[in-house]
Amino acid sequence: MTRSMRMVVLVIGVAFVGTALVWAALYMPGFGGDWHPYRDHAAAAALAHATANVVSSVNFDQRALDTFGEESILLGAVVGVAVLLRPVEGERRRKPKNTGHVLDSTRLLVVLAAPVALILGIDVVAHGAITPGGGFQGGVILATGLHLLYVGGRYSAFDRLRPLGLFSQAESIGVIAFAAIAASGLAAGGAWLANFVQHGTLAQLASSGTVPLLSGAVGLAVTGSMVVLVAHFLEQRLLVWPPRSEESASAKGDEGEERI
Amino acid sequence: MTAEVLAGALMPAVIIAPIGVACVLLCLSRWLDRPFVDAIAFLAAVAVSVANGTLLAMSQQQRLVVWLGGWTPRHGLSVGIALVGDQFSLGVALVASVLMSCALAFSWRYFTDIHTHYHALMLLFLAGMTGFALAGDMFTMFVFFELMGVVAYALTAVKVEEPSAVHGAINFGIINSLGAYVTLMGIGMLYASTGQLNLAQLSRALAQHGADPLVVIGFVAVATGFLVKAAVVPFHFWLDDAHAVAPTPVCVLFSGIMVELGIYGVARLYWIGFSGTLAAGQIARMFVVMGIATALIGSVMCLLQRHLKRLLAYSTIAHTGLFLIAIGSFDPVATGGIAIYVIGHAAIKSVLFLTAGIVLNRYGSVDEFTLRGRGKDARAVGVVFMLAGLALAGLPPFAVGLGKGIGDEGLLSAGFGWGPLLFLVISALTGGAVLRAGARIFLGIGRAPRGVEQEGMTGDEEHREIATGLNHLPWTMAAPLFGLLGAGAAVGLIPGLGSQVVQAAERFIDRSGYLAAVLNGSATYSHVVTPVAGWSAEGIMWCFGSVIAAIAVAGFALYAPLLPRVITAAAGSLRGVERGLRSIHSGHVGDYAVWLLIGVGAAMALALFPA
Amino acid sequence: MTVYPYVVAAVILLLGVIGIARSRNLVHAVVCLAVAQSATYVLLISIGYQHGGVAPIFSSSSTAPKHMVDPVMQALTLTDIVVSATVTSLLLALTIQIAKQHDTVDPDELRSLRG
Repeated sequence: MTRSMRMVVLVIGVAFVGTALVWAALYMPGFGGDWHPYRDHAAAAALAHATANVVSSVNFDQRALDTFGEESILLGAVVGVAVLLRPVEGERRRKPKNTGHVLDSTRLLVVLAAPVALILGIDVVAHGAITPGGGFQGGVILATGLHLLYVGGRYSAFDRLRPLGLFSQAESIGVIAFAAIAASGLAAGGAWLANFVQHGTLAQLASSGTVPLLSGAVGLAVTGSMVVLVAHFLEQRLLVWPPRSEESASAKGDEGEERI
Repeated sequence: MTAEVLAGALMPAVIIAPIGVACVLLCLSRWLDRPFVDAIAFLAAVAVSVANGTLLAMSQQQRLVVWLGGWTPRHGLSVGIALVGDQFSLGVALVASVLMSCALAFSWRYFTDIHTHYHALMLLFLAGMTGFALAGDMFTMFVFFELMGVVAYALTAVKVEEPSAVHGAINFGIINSLGAYVTLMGIGMLYASTGQLNLAQLSRALAQHGADPLVVIGFVAVATGFLVKAAVVPFHFWLDDAHAVAPTPVCVLFSGIMVELGIYGVARLYWIGFSGTLAAGQIARMFVVMGIATALIGSVMCLLQRHLKRLLAYSTIAHTGLFLIAIGSFDPVATGGIAIYVIGHAAIKSVLFLTAGIVLNRYGSVDEFTLRGRGKDARAVGVVFMLAGLALAGLPPFAVGLGKGIGDEGLLSAGFGWGPLLFLVISALTGGAVLRAGARIFLGIGRAPRGVEQEGMTGDEEHREIATGLNHLPWTMAAPLFGLLGAGAAVGLIPGLGSQVVQAAERFIDRSGYLAAVLNGSATYSHVVTPVAGWSAEGIMWCFGSVIAAIAVAGFALYAPLLPRVITAAAGSLRGVERGLRSIHSGHVGDYAVWLLIGVGAAMALALFPA
Repeated sequence: MTVYPYVVAAVILLLGVIGIARSRNLVHAVVCLAVAQSATYVLLISIGYQHGGVAPIFSSSSTAPKHMVDPVMQALTLTDIVVSATVTSLLLALTIQIAKQHDTVDPDELRSLRG
């Protein structure tokens, strides 16, 4: 279709769907209302299992299969990116050029912020059942905290601090741990993903049964996944694309001088 | 061990175990040799198939309901996630796992450079399909739908060195994801009005809430993602792109079961969630109109292709249209017939794709014209291809014919008198296209392309997936090929299968039975008198009719230059239509997104306005 | 207006689709897809909101559930965000490969799939 035809068809489509969605919105319960039946049941169930953070209870206790599915989506995407960004014929990995300059203030900020970020990440994962947070949020903080080291230093140094094999294993082990806890639920509690560990008292670190355990497993998997994911993209900056012509070869030669 | 306990152990296992095995393979990839990886993945798929078969056998007596985490309902309400195994959902899961086993066997030596990643992706794909089939909760369906999607995008683009592969994959990714996000909007809308995510609880809440425009629009929104997956017009553009470029084992899974899962999802959503609330006439109209459009456009585009895999993709789209029409008739006999048709189609379409893969590996091309006559030395493969083409057109005793016959019966009794004729025409057109391609490639009939036949995507740019050489068909490729062909025939010959599947269809559409099983624990099926269904004289007549019509279509296409001028001139006047259709299927993702909007709008209009 | 947030969600979804339709760069198209998904976040969170509601965390057993905002919607949004991030990353990886194979990321210039 030509561009103008596409715009015409687009206008028609937007008109139809927009009208329908706005019409449907008129029948929705008003914003900010207080009728939330699922919330009432979910909060009561969270309290029954001594979980202070109801969102974590929903994610890791009541609807844990959705969380497992989501973790496997993350795993699938990372494996997919590994497959898609694999080196193909004619590509080779050059050595990172350690030119460029990092401001001293940046280095100082990184030295201060990176440990804080890592500790904060572990805290968010561990207290998933008590405070806002959990495996996913904490895992992302941990992965990003690690990459502060890349911001504040050279790629080659960062590469040494980030053994990719270890993080790939962490990713898979996190998912296996989740599945293992789920299976233990079957063995000890009579149903897959049953919360079979002692529930403990509300708002204590050792409460909510399996919720902190699953949160930890997810945190491990997400940290591993995110680090591996960003690593694949960073590596693409190092690969030489097979030069298709003289101009593009020289253009890419210039790019190589940039700090990476 | 009672059925409930065994089901409670097995049903979540068939979803969780493949993911676990995939992770183990990824962990150990450095130390495992390729044959081990292939064997472990294949055995995992076979184990899942056995488990699914066991569960299917158990589901003959009662619905199998598993509440994960032990969150069984109290006073008919639960906060947990339910997995529901009735004969249809477990049947679909079984077909998925059997096809996955065949695909993994076929790909025994494929993709040596990505090692375990391919197997991990395939096992995750299996888990996604199984989870989608068994889920009894709308959001769980969405999560496993996205799992299927994400892994499918990666699998489509596995051949990263082919420009068309990555292009097809990104079209697939953007359009499928858009559909999924529209589904999520619908789930949100329905949650807002009922406060429920579980399908049974939603159904009960909706019955109390009554039908208002929000419910209808919410239903269409949720159905959109599933219809995109099912490649219903105008959401179908991604399928022909993805099939043309994906590796052969992956195409087997796409056409064999992934697309059919979309139809299953829509049917399940309607029957359990909405049949107690929405006016049936308007929804039926939506399904039937979209189904007819899909069937017609799919079969016409199928005839216009010279790229073998793209031709097969369009034939899948055409058949999806037929499935949707039968679902839209809301008749249990038609639904049962379509279930058998889906099983037969899965087997036969897989055979056709596997043959296309073998042809690609032997001759380096999937272009019908480039390969003209080259296939004369591959006699066994040629016979299989032609037989599969005839089976696709409805040749008895293949299950496709049985399903079509029962489906025709159901459509007639539901008042769709034109149903059998449309089924015959579509089967003839798609079967004829396959027979034409087979005759050109394996028999060398027909001359060089001229004029209109030269247009269309050429199949010369596909790379070999694995070098098999010219004289040797590895047994890992031959076994799934002949096995699936035999299965397609065997299923059609099982005595009493027709009646059993129609009975399963009755149970599938039984909304109150499902609600009772999920919410109150009374899992036994209510007794319904089921009509006897199977091979009938009328059905066999229609089958042979479509086979003969398919041969006629193939003959017309092959010998067109020899026919009287009058006929060819009449066909030539349709050139404008053909050019228009070709220009719409442009490969441009912006076009596809625009058509998705039009489709959503049209579906909403069809469902909203009083019949 | 009590339905304003829902209308905003619908507008964001349509803006995302318009972006994809008008896009001249696949990176832009993938980001527009992420924009379309953020419409679902807006919808889910605004469905769960309650005027005067507190965060769904029990500080002691005496907190009444009736004053919390909807935790289920927040849990769904969390899942949704992870799904979006993963899909976006996969599609961006595809875009990189398209740039390598086709020397362009303009959908108008991608001609390998037609008819």
